[in-house]
Amino acid sequence: MEKDRKLRILIAKPGLDGHDRGARVIARAFRDAGFEVVYTGCHQTPEQIVSTAIQEDVDMVGLSILSGAHTYSFPRIMELLRENRAEDITVIGGGIFPLEDIPKLKDVGIKEIFEPGAKLQDIIGWVRENVKPREAVSL
Amino acid sequence: MGIIDQILAGEVRATARLLRDIDDQVSSSQTILRELYPYTGKAYVVGFTGSPGVGKSTLVDQLALRYRKEGKTVGILAVDPTSPFSGGAILGDRIRMQRHFLDSGVFIRSLATRGHFGGLTRSTNDMINVLDAMGKDVILVETVGVGQDEVEIAQSAHTTIVVTIPGMGDEIQAIKAGIMEIGSIFVVNKADREGSRKTVREIRNLVELGMRRREESNGWEPLIVETEAVKGRGIEDLFQGIEKHRDYLLANDRGQLDDVLQKRARNQLMEALRDEALKTIVGRLESRGVLIDDLVRKVVDKESDPYSVVQQVLAEELR
Amino acid sequence: MGSKSCSESTLERMEKEYSEWQEEYRKALKKMPERLNRFSTVSDLEVRPLYTPLDIKDMDFFEDIGFPGMFPYTRGVQGSMYRARLWTMRMFAGLGTAEDTNRRFHYLIDHGETGLSTAFDFPTLMGYDTDSQLARGECGKCGVAIDTLEDMERLFHNINLEQVTTSMTINPPASIIWAMYIANAENRGFSRKMLGGTIQNDCLKEFIAQKTLMLPPEPSLRLVTDTVEFGTREVPRWNTISISGYHIREAGSTAVQELAFTVYDGITYVEEGIKRGLDVDDFAGRLSFFWNSHVDFFEEIAKMRAGRRLWARIMRDRFKAKNPRSMLMRFHTQTAGCSLTAQEPYNNIIRTTTEALAAILGGTQSLHTNSLDEVYMIPSEEAVLIALRTQQILAEECGVTHVIDPLAGSYFVEALTNKMEEEAAEYIRKLDELGGMVAAIERDYPQMEIADAAYHFQQQVESGEKVIIGVNKYPSERPDLEFVLRIDDSLERGQIERLVRFREKRDKVKLQKAMDELRRRCEGPPCWENNVMPALIDAVRAGATEQECCDLYREVFGTYSDPGSF
Repeated sequence: MEKDRKLRILIAKPGLDGHDRGARVIARAFRDAGFEVVYTGCHQTPEQIVSTAIQEDVDMVGLSILSGAHTYSFPRIMELLRENRAEDITVIGGGIFPLEDIPKLKDVGIKEIFEPGAKLQDIIGWVRENVKPREAVSL
Repeated sequence: MGIIDQILAGEVRATARLLRDIDDQVSSSQTILRELYPYTGKAYVVGFTGSPGVGKSTLVDQLALRYRKEGKTVGILAVDPTSPFSGGAILGDRIRMQRHFLDSGVFIRSLATRGHFGGLTRSTNDMINVLDAMGKDVILVETVGVGQDEVEIAQSAHTTIVVTIPGMGDEIQAIKAGIMEIGSIFVVNKADREGSRKTVREIRNLVELGMRRREESNGWEPLIVETEAVKGRGIEDLFQGIEKHRDYLLANDRGQLDDVLQKRARNQLMEALRDEALKTIVGRLESRGVLIDDLVRKVVDKESDPYSVVQQVLAEELR
Repeated sequence: MGSKSCSESTLERMEKEYSEWQEEYRKALKKMPERLNRFSTVSDLEVRPLYTPLDIKDMDFFEDIGFPGMFPYTRGVQGSMYRARLWTMRMFAGLGTAEDTNRRFHYLIDHGETGLSTAFDFPTLMGYDTDSQLARGECGKCGVAIDTLEDMERLFHNINLEQVTTSMTINPPASIIWAMYIANAENRGFSRKMLGGTIQNDCLKEFIAQKTLMLPPEPSLRLVTDTVEFGTREVPRWNTISISGYHIREAGSTAVQELAFTVYDGITYVEEGIKRGLDVDDFAGRLSFFWNSHVDFFEEIAKMRAGRRLWARIMRDRFKAKNPRSMLMRFHTQTAGCSLTAQEPYNNIIRTTTEALAAILGGTQSLHTNSLDEVYMIPSEEAVLIALRTQQILAEECGVTHVIDPLAGSYFVEALTNKMEEEAAEYIRKLDELGGMVAAIERDYPQMEIADAAYHFQQQVESGEKVIIGVNKYPSERPDLEFVLRIDDSLERGQIERLVRFREKRDKVKLQKAMDELRRRCEGPPCWENNVMPALIDAVRAGATEQECCDLYREVFGTYSDPGSF
């Protein structure tokens, strides 16, 4: 009775900014696209985000940030995922980033950056295209 | 290390991935569950039910903290509803459990109902077994909390806690109508609010009524505890209440623990039987080229009726 | 207007000619249909093609419109408005270290700014010192880092604090930052009686929208009321709360929701002050408001006019205020950050200009105009100057400040003003039913209303029903602006070193004594004897850092996280 596996996604806000409009809108959009979204609210440390991603066995983490602290938190999250051998989890970012930072974020392993004005449908389309539920574990 | 050893060693990533397979009904997960079953039966399971907004997650959070102080490891399963329109879900119970995110002694998993009714998910019992096998001492299960029919939890948990808040008259009605029977402990949360004493009185009346009605009283009189979960007030009372109920079960002098275990086993067995039987029969039908849709058509067109179709199918396939 | 100014026969004739015009309109549409399926404001309030005296025939000039500086203050809080004194040009500023921000303050003053407004970085806003683990990577990014009284001294170096008014956007730790401001001013020889300015100090909108969450609602309100009480007695020229709609709107609310939730927050603060034993007329006059001016021109003007009338009526009827000053909705305005686009950023100048114009026609008391690059980062000097000049040009070149409330009497603006007030009043009834704002917040009611509106708007943008030029119409790529400001990560190290040195040189015994007194007051029942402000002023003088005071708060009062329902 195997069904199609459902995508599980963590929407997290690293850092201390509480502007959760974008995170909430995208969480709803993902729910309406049929994904299971784990939402942990604002003010998360990289350690908390990675621990949640692993316990919840998500396929993707969407990070929303507006404070400019991505220069610390994004690379740190990628580092922690690698330390936990969970680098197969796709990570994307949404929010405001200086242009010169975007290639740097991609270099540390952030798969895609969505900037203000990105369409929900495009983001959902990107996820469907690029994120596949992982394989089942075997004995 | 194979998956079984990883789970038994409490490895988080392996456990998390297996839970996913169980939730997705991947068939290989059943084999693994089978292997793990001998290692289950050690954990104590506490269930929480009650309407949205009564503070179940916050209570779970506080109790987890209390158990950690005892040196106990904790597994948490929190259920949120799946949208009937999209099949997606937003799982937000973890928000109130953040202090445990970095504690390796606590494992939290958010679950979506995926169309299952009764307060839990299809997978909850299996997941409890996995967390049990991975070595969690206590497993706290939070139901979705939307209906009066959330009685499933009582078949999974050793101790079932029904949570309400003051001033919800409807809530008392709901308790009366459905979930009165299942509560080992009733919690009136947000007890600083007006009307808390009145709510406690109303529940007490219901409890007494229920005790009188119970045909064979098994000797447990449900406790009523007032809490203010946000401030941590009343948590000690609740913790002691659960311990008391646990002692009562473990005494097993009237077979009360056997009752719980039998109920749970029966429930799991029946569910598995239903799933397997259905899967087998549908499989056999399909291998003969009979489609369910065709049978549906017959019923719709009044060529036959559901009862005769079932009789026919069973006669054919279970020969 | 009103049966008083329109005779029966005039009305009859108007109705007749109105239906004749409608016929004309229909005919015209047959040749060329309407451009849109539906014409609505940015908040999705539907508007008709034409408004006439029929739309405001039930209005009474004296009751509903009247004169500026007179009840119900629809037309403005002062009798003379901008003919006597322009609004305060107050640019929200804060970046990097205290010195960096002080430099920006001087730059703005030198270019004609008339009031200061301080933006703090996120650790400061959330009550963490720069060396906290939670503060990693945040120092100075979105505002200035203030950990200690010494930082506060450096922030206002060479600024006369009796002459300038200072606004400080700080919420859960507002009492502490204000204590540092007062202590610093007094150390420099200024009198607290002469200090003018505003602390935002609006904890309720944090739960509703901005989510700078620290303490649960109840103790948060207690601390707010402590500052109100202290201000009333000790710092009489200070605005102790800036009751803010801005963030509610930025979180995606409609204009009506912004108006209603903010006014209801105001109601809650007044109730708390009265509960503390204060006379409403002793403190209500020091409550100020803060609006968002969004891109929909008339809707914003109507919101601001409706707000003044609604508040005046609430203060008179609900709270029986006698002093006219208690009835005044004085407000600051900021143009809408969420209306700016990263694509074609120069267009932001135009958006900000129309939004600023709406704020001026809405009768604002002070104004921040967003810089074109504020969508990316804290504004650069180049961009902030354009934003300040925008205000100055509107104020002094184009004549819009010559006449008070020039849009009064416009059939459309008056009808829209009425609509705003009515719909806000409906929300206020609903919030009363729910048992007040704290109960509503605990049930996630305002949060959900806003999240629904935000999602609805986003879907309208996706479908093209709402147009954003450069984004969903004539889409364009984000350019690489030369002057975008960058706050260097290395700044964090310097600030931490300063902080560590500061902690080392404190008198530990004196500090402990001050902190014990602060704790005693926090643990005691709320009253003047337990007001935290005097103890805080002593504590920061004794060297308490912001986080040390906040940690004490968190210990005594507990913490809070968002219910987060969807």
